[in-house]
Amino acid sequence: MKKLESTLPNMVLSLLLICSIMAAALALVYGATKEPIAQAYIKGENDAVKEVVPAFDNDPNADQWEADGLVFYPAKKNGELVGTAVKTFTESGFSGRFDVMVGFLPDGTIYNSKVLSHKETPGLGSKMSDPKFHDQFNNLKIEGNLSVKKDGGTIDAITAATISSRAYCDAINRAHAALTNNNNTYDSTSGATKGGQE
Amino acid sequence: MSNWKTFINGLWKENPTVVLVLGTCPTLAVTTEAINGLGMGAATTFVLVFANIFVSLLKNFIPDKVRIAAFVVIIASFVTVVDLVMKAYTPALYSALGIFIPLIVVNCILLGRAESFAQKNGVFPSLLDGLGMGLGFTAALTIMASVRELLGNGSIFGHSFGFENNMLLFILPPGAFLVYGYMIALTNKIKSKQK
Amino acid sequence: MEFVSIIILALFVNNVVLSQFLGICPFLGVSNKIPTAVGMGAAVIFVMVLANLVTYLLYTYLLVPMDIAFMQTISFILVIAALVQMVEIILKKVSPPLYQALGIFLPLITTNCAVMGTALVAITKNYDLVHNVFYAAMTGVGFTFAMVIMAGLREQLALVKIPKSMQGASIVLVTAGLLAMAFMGFSGMVK
Repeated sequence: MKKLESTLPNMVLSLLLICSIMAAALALVYGATKEPIAQAYIKGENDAVKEVVPAFDNDPNADQWEADGLVFYPAKKNGELVGTAVKTFTESGFSGRFDVMVGFLPDGTIYNSKVLSHKETPGLGSKMSDPKFHDQFNNLKIEGNLSVKKDGGTIDAITAATISSRAYCDAINRAHAALTNNNNTYDSTSGATKGGQE
Repeated sequence: MSNWKTFINGLWKENPTVVLVLGTCPTLAVTTEAINGLGMGAATTFVLVFANIFVSLLKNFIPDKVRIAAFVVIIASFVTVVDLVMKAYTPALYSALGIFIPLIVVNCILLGRAESFAQKNGVFPSLLDGLGMGLGFTAALTIMASVRELLGNGSIFGHSFGFENNMLLFILPPGAFLVYGYMIALTNKIKSKQK
Repeated sequence: MEFVSIIILALFVNNVVLSQFLGICPFLGVSNKIPTAVGMGAAVIFVMVLANLVTYLLYTYLLVPMDIAFMQTISFILVIAALVQMVEIILKKVSPPLYQALGIFLPLITTNCAVMGTALVAITKNYDLVHNVFYAAMTGVGFTFAMVIMAGLREQLALVKIPKSMQGASIVLVTAGLLAMAFMGFSGMVK
C-alpha cells in the first residue's frame, strides 16, 4: 500500500484517528487497573499497620479516622482496642516529605514504627528502615518530644544521616501529639475504649 | 539483515546503553539497586516492543509531516499502560522508580527506534528489533546496577554478602557517573580487541 | 525565605543534572564549548518556565477536575512538543537574532527529559502557580550552571591526551562524576 500524502486532511485525520484509538485503549486499561490499584494501596496500608501494632482481628482500614491531617487506624481484638497505627509524615526529610507508620499501644507507648515511602539517599537516609534504627523507638513512652542525641535527646542518629533521623523523630512526635489531642473526640464518636493518655 | 541479526544487533553491536549512549537519564538514576535496573529495563522493553509493532503496522497511515507527533502519542500511550499496570501489581517497584516511569516517554531510544527502524521495516523485524534493543538496555542496566549495589551496599538483588565497610559513594549520584563511564570504556576496549 | 531555599536547592543541593539525573543527553551532547552550553541553557530555561506554566494549568484545571490524571504523561509530552514548535515559529517571526542563537537547540528540547521531569516533579510537590514557575526557572538556571561548568572542564579536557578507550562519552561521564562529587559538598546546606 502507498504511503499517505502529507495533505492537511490526511494529517488531521490520521492524528485524530491515532489519538482516539489510543485514548480508548487507555480508558480501557485504566478501568481494568483501577480496582487492583486501589486494592494494592489498601493492602500496602494494612500490611504496614500489621507490622506496627499487636495482633488484631478487625479491618483497621475500614475503621480509619482522620484528624490534624493524619490518618489513624485503630486495631482491635475481640472489640477491644489493642493499639492505634498512625500514618504520619514529616516535611523535613533530606529530600523533602516522607511518610511513617507508627503504632501506639493504648497506654501511649510506641509498639513499632516503619517508614512507608521515602526519597531519602539510598544507603544513608534509607537506613531508617533498618531495625537497628527504628527499634530504638519501640517501648518508648513519649514525654515532651523525641530528638536525636546531637540535639540533647535519646535517639542514636544514623551515621551521616542526622537530617533523616531528625525527620523521623519529627514524624513520630507529630503522630503522638495528634493522637493525644484527638483521643477524646475519637472516644465520643466511636465509643472505643479510652486509651490511658496523660 | 536476517531476523537473527536484527535481534542480536541491539544486544551488543549497537547496544543502546554502552555503545549508542542513549537513554542515559534512567540509566544513571535508577541503577542504585539491581532489582530497580531490571524493573526499569523490563518496563522500557515492553514499551519498545509494542511501540515498534504499532509504528510498523501504522506506518502507511501516518503522513510524513506528522510522524513524530504520531510516534510520540503511540509511545506515551504504552508508557501510561506500563505506569498503570505497575502501580496495580508491583507497587514497591513502582514507588522505587518514581517519575522515571512516565519519563520513559522521553527516552531517546524509543523515538530513535521508531524513526530509524520501525517505520521502514515490517512488523516482525520491528518486534525483534524492539526486543533486542530492550534486552540490551535491560542487560546493561542490570549489570550496572549490580556493580553499584555490590560496591555501595555489599549486596546483589538484596542478597547481602556480609561486607562490613561499603563504598557508599557508588550508590550516590557520583557513583552512577563513574560506573557508567568505566562501563563504556570497557566496552570500547573489548570492541577494539574484537576488530 | 521559601524562595531562597528553592534557589539553593535547585542550583546546588538537588541540581537537576548532577543529582536528579535529568537532562543528561544535552549535558553530554552539547557541552563542548561554553557559548553553546549557555545557548542551550537559555533555551531550556525559556521552555521550562513556559512548559511548567502550561502543564500546571492543564493539570489543575483540566485533568484533576475531569478525574483523568492518568492521562498526565501523554498530555504533558504533547503540550511540551507543541510548545517547542510554537516557540520556534514565534521566535523566527518576532526575534530573528534570538532565533539564530537558540534555534538549533529548540528541536532537541522536546526529548530533553529535564523539561518533562521538572513538570512532573513540580506537580508532585503541590506548589501553587507562582512557586511552580519559580521552581522551573531555578531548575533551568541549575541546568545552565551545570552545563557551563562542564563546558569549561571539557574545553580544558580537549588539550589532554586521553586513553583510547576512554575517549568520547566515557571520559565525559567520569568528569561529570567528579563534578557531582564536588556538588555533594553542598548537601545539608538547607535543612
